[in-house]
Amino acid sequence: MGVNNKEMNYTINLFGITREIVGVSQYQLTLDSPANVTTLLGHLKEEFPALKQIKSLLVAVNSEYANPEQAILPSDEIALIPPVSGG
Amino acid sequence: MILISDTPIDIQACIDSVQSERAGAIDVFIGTVRNHNKSKAVVRLEFETYDVMAVKKMTELANEARKRWDIEKVAMVHRKGVLDIGDVAVVIAVSTPHRAASFEACQWLIDTLKQVVPIWKKEIYEDGQEWLEAHP
Repeated sequence: MGVNNKEMNYTINLFGITREIVGVSQYQLTLDSPANVTTLLGHLKEEFPALKQIKSLLVAVNSEYANPEQAILPSDEIALIPPVSGG
Repeated sequence: MILISDTPIDIQACIDSVQSERAGAIDVFIGTVRNHNKSKAVVRLEFETYDVMAVKKMTELANEARKRWDIEKVAMVHRKGVLDIGDVAVVIAVSTPHRAASFEACQWLIDTLKQVVPIWKKEIYEDGQEWLEAHP
């Protein structure tokens, strides 16, 4: 890894089935390039293939549903949102 | 009153919170824990919630309902944690000047809550457990 590479640390909040798959309620993901929603999901699905089995997997950024191309900053509050089933 | 509660929901407090002298109707939806789902016997439920976002989304739903109907007040309270059969999982109360709006708004609120509010339900059976809606 070159000296110019800047590591970005993201904290992913996990709930329900995603928490059980990953095994923790907050997962630290370190990337060497800036992420958007799609690339972040890609990294997580690569590390935890069982996430690919979930019917739909959205990302919330700062308590708002995010678009696939939305950029994510390490300071953002990030959460995986598997299919909701309240009520 | 919009909140996620880790203790039993006080239904009367929800109703009291929407009382208004301008209201001619209060419609209340109470969601309870059923002992079966798709022919499987359910022993208990576990609700997990993303509290900050859930409250934000429920507040947005209440505000959206106020735009769609003539509403006095809205209460939305959802449980988290372990619930037994018959326990109250969610209460929605809506007060309106006239009853038609309270029925419609209350149904829209619970239907939309189930679609967008980050709350997850795990059913516990005699011989297993399942996060609902998680898999195709």
